[in-house]
Amino acid sequence: MRRNPSLAVGSSIVAMLAIAAALGPILVHADPLAIDLKETLAPPSPGHWLGCDALGRDMLARVLWGGRLSLAVSTAVVMLSLVAGSVVGGAAALAGGRVDALVMRLIDVVLAFPGFLLAIALAAILGPGLVDLVVALTAMGWTGYARLVRGEVLSLREHEYVEAARALGASPGRLLLRHLMPGLAGPVAVQATFGVGGIIVAEAALSFLGLGVLPPAPSWGNMLDSGRAFMLVAPHLTTAPGVAIGASVLGFNLLGDGLARAVGRRG
Amino acid sequence: MTGYFVRRLAALIPVALGVATLTFALIHLVPGDPVTVMLGDTAGPADVAGLRQQLGLDRPLVVQYAEFLRGLTRGDLGESISMKEPVARLIVERFPATLELAGAAMLVAIALAIPLGLIAGANPGGGADMGAMGFAILGISVPHLCLGPLVMIVFSLKLGWLPLTGRGGLAHLVLPAVTMGTALAAILARMLRKSLILVREADYIRTARSKGLSAFAALMRHGLRNALTPVITLLALETGALLTGAIVTEMIFSWPGMGRLLIAAISARDYPLVEGCVLTFAFTYVVVNMATDLVYAIVDPRIRLLRA
Repeated sequence: MRRNPSLAVGSSIVAMLAIAAALGPILVHADPLAIDLKETLAPPSPGHWLGCDALGRDMLARVLWGGRLSLAVSTAVVMLSLVAGSVVGGAAALAGGRVDALVMRLIDVVLAFPGFLLAIALAAILGPGLVDLVVALTAMGWTGYARLVRGEVLSLREHEYVEAARALGASPGRLLLRHLMPGLAGPVAVQATFGVGGIIVAEAALSFLGLGVLPPAPSWGNMLDSGRAFMLVAPHLTTAPGVAIGASVLGFNLLGDGLARAVGRRG
Repeated sequence: MTGYFVRRLAALIPVALGVATLTFALIHLVPGDPVTVMLGDTAGPADVAGLRQQLGLDRPLVVQYAEFLRGLTRGDLGESISMKEPVARLIVERFPATLELAGAAMLVAIALAIPLGLIAGANPGGGADMGAMGFAILGISVPHLCLGPLVMIVFSLKLGWLPLTGRGGLAHLVLPAVTMGTALAAILARMLRKSLILVREADYIRTARSKGLSAFAALMRHGLRNALTPVITLLALETGALLTGAIVTEMIFSWPGMGRLLIAAISARDYPLVEGCVLTFAFTYVVVNMATDLVYAIVDPRIRLLRA
């Protein structure tokens, strides 16, 4: 804890989030979609720990279900970005020459475009839906992994163990997966951890703008949007999802910081 | 120096072309027919064909692309379907508001970052350093989306010090600028701290100290300029992100900028306006990144000489 407080605190927060997302909706029996107009805008109480929203729906259940969705979407997006980026970056570095140059130009063009704007544009064009949301968010982040993996593979590919594997007939795919990626695990894990935090915010922002998860499905972003109209009378509608987003991002940022320090020390 | 600048400006053209092509590809190549999305499921085939012809979508893709590029060189971004006005005019009306917000956010970020970074970097490991960096990590982690409503509740609704939404005088600018500037301040403060810690170990600082200057005076007089170089670069790099971050902030505070225009265009399925707004944001991002390169070259002459 003393040697790497970020790692300790970050992993604790992330663990708590994961447990809340996995078990919370099971342990809290309230239905996040059940409307109860008698409880409209009810403040926090023993019956409803985080109060109720404008349609009397239990806020604790909605925050927990929203958390499950946020974590699931961000993890899926980061995994897809990682795989897509690693394949493109690794293949370009191994191929070298004109292929590598062409791929780098393509990545430069995508990087010249602001990431969040790309996600907004794609989400707007593809329309609502979870799969489309995942595609839009993946388009934001894959280039980071492509560049990281390409850079590392370029420096590692001249090492003797890679030459030996190539001499023994290893295909580029096998080279990448069995021999090069294990060496990249540290930096990739750090980038992925920061990435999850970033995608949680991006998904919340898209849902807030009406381009991600649409109501009545609970997402922290769309809950922030619907809560805004009642800020004066029911601030808990915005503070609950707001604190959830902030705590999640803080946890993943601290964990990423801690991992970076740990990887740096070992490397 | 001029040669370097001219080369960097010339490099702007292929990047701008790439960004314009990506925007065109997004709107025209992504699966789904924008015309049926615009008109809805109940539209008849005659209406669909009519709108397709009006937008020029019935022509071959290559012709549409050529028309698109030709229009860009003339500053013609087409006409907005929902507002029945030239897209370029709508953008010119709204863009200054977004620039005003982004500029104010940068000022807030600099005003917060410099004292925070100095406090942390001058005495690393101390209590003030822990406090400043604790604030910084919070600032980075709380997104605009959460901070905006929070400051609205505290400073506008509960305390009544500042207006809630809209654009007007300086008072209207405070909450949105603070919302956007806090995360940037945190990032800049962390960079300034790291930079100052590195600079403290430099030989010229040791020389200044051996001549009798205090550690703090040596750092301020000789080290700060070098420590600020990466901070300036980071600031310029983050300016692009600041512009797109304005989209969410403008929606939270009902600020009448280009971000709100883009979201309104998306809601109205007004694809020419969406295309125009996306292009404007993207081009601004490219120009700002290019300006960063040029500023960096002015501040650190080694960059020009290395690249030459």
